[in-house]
Amino acid sequence: MGATIVEKIFSRKCGSDIRAGDVVMAPLDGAMIHDITGPIAIQKFYEMGGTKVFDPKRVIMLFDHQIPADSIEAASNHVYMRKFAAEQGIHNYDINEGVCHQVTIEKGRAAPGEIIVGADSHTCMYGATGAFATGIGSTDMGFALRFGTLYFRVPETIRAGVSGKFQKRVGAKDLILSIAADIGADGATYKAIEFTGKTVRKLDMAGRMTLCNMAIEMGGKAGIVAPDKVTWDYMKGRRRMKPFALDSDEEAKYAERRSYEVSGLEPQVAVPHNVDTGVPVSRVAGTHVDQVFIGSCTNGRFEDLTEAAEVLGRKKFRPGIRVIIIPASRDEYLKTLKAGLIGKFVKAGALVEAPCCGPCMGGAFGLLAPGEVSLSTSNRNFRGRQGSTEGKVYLCSPATAAASAITGVITDPREV
Amino acid sequence: MGAKKSVPVKKLVMNLPKAAEKMRVWKFGDDIDTDAIIPGRFLTINNPDELAKHIFEGTRDEFAKNVREGDVIVGGRNFGCGSSREHAPLALIGAGVKVVVARSFARIFFRNAINVGVLPVVCKDADRIADGAKITLEIKKGYIEADGKRLAIEPVPAFMQGIIDAGGLVEYAKSLKEVPVCTK
Repeated sequence: MGATIVEKIFSRKCGSDIRAGDVVMAPLDGAMIHDITGPIAIQKFYEMGGTKVFDPKRVIMLFDHQIPADSIEAASNHVYMRKFAAEQGIHNYDINEGVCHQVTIEKGRAAPGEIIVGADSHTCMYGATGAFATGIGSTDMGFALRFGTLYFRVPETIRAGVSGKFQKRVGAKDLILSIAADIGADGATYKAIEFTGKTVRKLDMAGRMTLCNMAIEMGGKAGIVAPDKVTWDYMKGRRRMKPFALDSDEEAKYAERRSYEVSGLEPQVAVPHNVDTGVPVSRVAGTHVDQVFIGSCTNGRFEDLTEAAEVLGRKKFRPGIRVIIIPASRDEYLKTLKAGLIGKFVKAGALVEAPCCGPCMGGAFGLLAPGEVSLSTSNRNFRGRQGSTEGKVYLCSPATAAASAITGVITDPREV
Repeated sequence: MGAKKSVPVKKLVMNLPKAAEKMRVWKFGDDIDTDAIIPGRFLTINNPDELAKHIFEGTRDEFAKNVREGDVIVGGRNFGCGSSREHAPLALIGAGVKVVVARSFARIFFRNAINVGVLPVVCKDADRIADGAKITLEIKKGYIEADGKRLAIEPVPAFMQGIIDAGGLVEYAKSLKEVPVCTK
């Protein structure tokens, strides 16, 4: 009987035939904690009788949500985690490297066939490398740190087959917003979403990360793209691994098979206050915006910033609009800097911040006042997500964000 | 909301309602996300009582003021979607809420709730329960009684029942002699 890539990953790890629906205590290849969910995870680790983490080399620790510390409480949480890292011999990337998911992948700490958990819902992004990765809470993370294993109900998989060629200035973010609108905010609950088909094969790692990042916005347990040459090329220099075959069988049993054709896809915008509300940009064009955020684990990579810069050209951002641009990691920042784009953004009127989560989760800075509107390349537009519950957040691609930052209203990037 | 409901973090255990305990309902809609339960700007707080002061802030401000020990939240579809923040079920504990009933739950919240000691109850007819209603929960008999109506509830998956029986994941972990890796 054919198997899905997710079933194969669990079977491979456990050395037995494991199928969707099985509940299994699986060994972990990695466990990621950050400054928000880490402190409680560490408390739980101790409460469970933990003295030494299962393997310090497999624990990924960094701070990204509230950096540099924006309050005494945040600073104290950082101190608590630094102490834990020192005590346990865990390498702590601290505030220096960027957003957890980007850093985990670019440091080679997620790889094809691995099982990784992170105390953050967007951990599903590591599926772009062909890993099975899922977000968990802090108590589950305490258990993971202590034992190096965790219970999983192996998920069924929704196959999202994508074909067609994107129009200019339309890409992975528009695709995933349209898929979220199709599947719905809870349409993939307890399931994995496997992105496949010719269009996905042609996507670079940045685009695949954008897709997998948002699997959780449909309730998904994981997003995944089977590894291919693009994946293995990306892994080179990050991880010493011999490429191996890992893909779903043709006759694998899927929960659903869905097809998407992107040739006619317009730029998409998710409207307040849910992520599964994507509409063609033409439907909301002209909506006034107060703040534009280009960044986050969803869309803060060099490729995203290049896309924004290409739309910007020699223009300026509209005065009075707050444009906040944040590369997702130090590596992405340096690439952007080297390409001359940071200077270009700053000259055009943007604030370029050091790598961090920024306004995405409404914790550290860039919050909205009542009545204000944000256009954001991040992944969530829940009421109050970026500040006041009387504010509004729209989600879009970097191209649409840049076009709108030039005009001051939501704008089709193909018309700038 | 008050300090009297204080549950020290180290003693969080599953605190199930008694068989005929009447619980007052706070009714919510579909897709109640964890940002709504506890906004991002309060996530530096790790203490349930302190978190409870900000529960549903900006979304339903009267909740934190008027919630009483033993009240129950009834939601629609996809309760607890979004962020994995365990601060959400911790805030519920601080507010004295030990049960959340919903038509369906988001996966991470469902698991977090059980792990820290809040019981998530799936009831496909949750929409028939009114705000302010007094309900009783008959877990073993498999129903909720609300205004004379009996509404069926779904059993918790077997492997999670073990965690509930232990009183949450911390207690469960402490009871483990060895971890049964890769056994189904």
